[in-house]
Amino acid sequence: MAGPTEPGQRTGQRAARLSRTARRAARRQRAARRRRALAASAAAERARVAALIRRGGQAARHPADHPPPGPFRPGAWRSPLRGLWLTSVLAAVLLAGLAIVTVTGLASYAAYDPLLPGNDQTPGAGLLKFYLFSWPTHPFWLYRVDQGVHITLGLALVPVVAAKLWSVLPRLFAWPPVRSLAQLLERLSLIMLVGGVLFEFATGILDIQNYYVFPFSFYTAHLYGAWVFIAGFVIHVTLKFPRMVRGLRSRRLLRELRTPLGATAPEEPDPAGLRAARPAAPTISRRGLLAAVGGASLTLAGLVVGQSIGGLSRRTALFGPRGLSATAPHYLPVNRTAASVGLTAADVGPAYRLTLTGARSVTLTREQLLALPQHAVQLPIACVEGWSVSCRWTGVRLADLARLAGMPAPAAARVESIQRVGSFRAAVLSAGQVADPQALLAVTVNGHVLPWDHGYPARTIIPNAPGVHNTKWVSKITFLEQA
Amino acid sequence: MTGRRRATGRRHVTRRAGGRAAAGASGMAAVGARARRLPGWVRRWYGANPLHLLALLAAFALAGYAVRAVIVAGQWRGFAVWFIVAIIAHDLLLFPLYTVADLPLRRLLPRHLTRRVTRPVTQPITQPVTPGEASETSPAPGPQPTVISPATVETGWDHLSAPATPAGPVTEQVAGPPLINYVRIPVAFSLLLLVVFFPLILGLSQPQYHRASGLGTGPYLWRWLAITGVMFAASAVTYAWRLRRLAARARHHLAARDAG
Repeated sequence: MAGPTEPGQRTGQRAARLSRTARRAARRQRAARRRRALAASAAAERARVAALIRRGGQAARHPADHPPPGPFRPGAWRSPLRGLWLTSVLAAVLLAGLAIVTVTGLASYAAYDPLLPGNDQTPGAGLLKFYLFSWPTHPFWLYRVDQGVHITLGLALVPVVAAKLWSVLPRLFAWPPVRSLAQLLERLSLIMLVGGVLFEFATGILDIQNYYVFPFSFYTAHLYGAWVFIAGFVIHVTLKFPRMVRGLRSRRLLRELRTPLGATAPEEPDPAGLRAARPAAPTISRRGLLAAVGGASLTLAGLVVGQSIGGLSRRTALFGPRGLSATAPHYLPVNRTAASVGLTAADVGPAYRLTLTGARSVTLTREQLLALPQHAVQLPIACVEGWSVSCRWTGVRLADLARLAGMPAPAAARVESIQRVGSFRAAVLSAGQVADPQALLAVTVNGHVLPWDHGYPARTIIPNAPGVHNTKWVSKITFLEQA
Repeated sequence: MTGRRRATGRRHVTRRAGGRAAAGASGMAAVGARARRLPGWVRRWYGANPLHLLALLAAFALAGYAVRAVIVAGQWRGFAVWFIVAIIAHDLLLFPLYTVADLPLRRLLPRHLTRRVTRPVTQPITQPVTPGEASETSPAPGPQPTVISPATVETGWDHLSAPATPAGPVTEQVAGPPLINYVRIPVAFSLLLLVVFFPLILGLSQPQYHRASGLGTGPYLWRWLAITGVMFAASAVTYAWRLRRLAARARHHLAARDAG
């Protein structure tokens, strides 16, 4: 039995071996063909681009090929570092970074619960509210992290945005400015992208420093500006993503990081014309530029991030508006002082009354409020401006106050302040926020009676809510049957 | 440049049309042919694939919807002004400013600082001179000092140093790395901080900042100046360290050459 099968097996093995070698050879051939084709296409591309550059340098017949002097001349741009790879690296960082900043911003809008009546400052938003949901109370640190990331990462991206704009600025002066309808529309879409990113960064950065010089409401404009930016961002990524990938593949990052100034050469010419037609000698290496941009990002982030982390790191936040300055003795970071809202001793003195309205109306003095069951929680106040501070609060549960008003499970609650002027002097809380056992009407903070600036005699503290929804100087809570 | 872009678009269109044609081969030849014709016609009229137009129109629609909301809020005028001014301020003001500011910096600064390396030649040298000794020795009369540039350090020394003199100390100049980046990077960092935090640094937002926080903007100017100072000092120290390292390497190399 073994006799006849053996040679057959051997032949089969040989055939298999043969076919394996044949397959391997075929694979090698295919690879070689691919390499040749790639090299040929790369050579053709180079020749085409070189021809275009040559043609650009000559006097052409068509007036559209006569750029006006100055930045419109291709030869005016000399930096040897500009090129598709550099732009693509910066683009990749921005793609990830700006996406995070956008998502955290949109989450912050949801955190204000604009769907609850009375909370909405953007009644015209319409369909832009499509994604809104009832903001949860858990995890209690979510809003703190969300805004810390939004502000810190946003600031860290300032140098990257600047570098990216620097790397593509020659394109702004491309001549002739328009060659086709497609190109005209694409250039117009850049107004949404560049205008959007600059508008959002400018308004955000001015707002965290309380420099309200803009002739519009920050809250509204920053939101709508974000949607203009999102439109520009999405279309830009859609159209340019393949080019970015090609750019990233054109050079090796690790090799660039090992290339010193002496060995820094211009990139290959690219179809987008980012590389200078006549590159000058480099004065900084490509890795030097990337290190400067990255270092500037880390510096900006490092000078503010302590105001979001708190604790000892707050002392490192030299430029956080509630950073090092907010570590003064007997000072707790606030975003609105009692003096700024015109609060007087009469408002919060013995005449102070807290009115609870639900199925019935109850009026409490401060002493009566203190006589109710007190609970302690450790919760952060997290401001939309990025700073946050975790404190230990004691006070009465909002759920207990709802029961006192005869409405144990309200659909919403409207909390009003004594404060007579200024925004956010009332906030509407959701059913979940009122029912949460950690949601308090607080009367002490860190073992002390609430300071005036922190809302004496009583303020709300809601887990995971934006800072301004923790109403200070609370005078009235209305529990609502329907939201 | 735009021509190049158009050419890319055309290639893209052709590839796509080819894909459609392949699909058409499996029984939908008529559809495939139409698909082949359509992008060609649109491309001539529009300049790119029709999907390009659709995607852009969708983006404009979204942005238009957001602008509609701004108009509803009654804030369109300030919004539009800030939007356009932001672009102009960056592209036509800030960018030319920092580009122009870079030019005199490049022209006026010396290319690099140099450091003297003195080689007391007492035949024969067997040990490299220890660093530190050299800097204190005064330049000795002798042959004109040679400047050794960092490029030389990278590529090798063999071709450069003066022929070994029979006796007496020889002074050579070792050049440090290009000076410009050690000046413009701290300048850029400092200006970046100023551009981002000018309302606090210049105290412009003092009234509102104080109303909000109870704090003053006073310290921010000093912090900015301190950070600027620290960055310049760090830059200077780094430069001095690199120059010293280059000098040490040069000295070591020259001594080794003399010994060999």
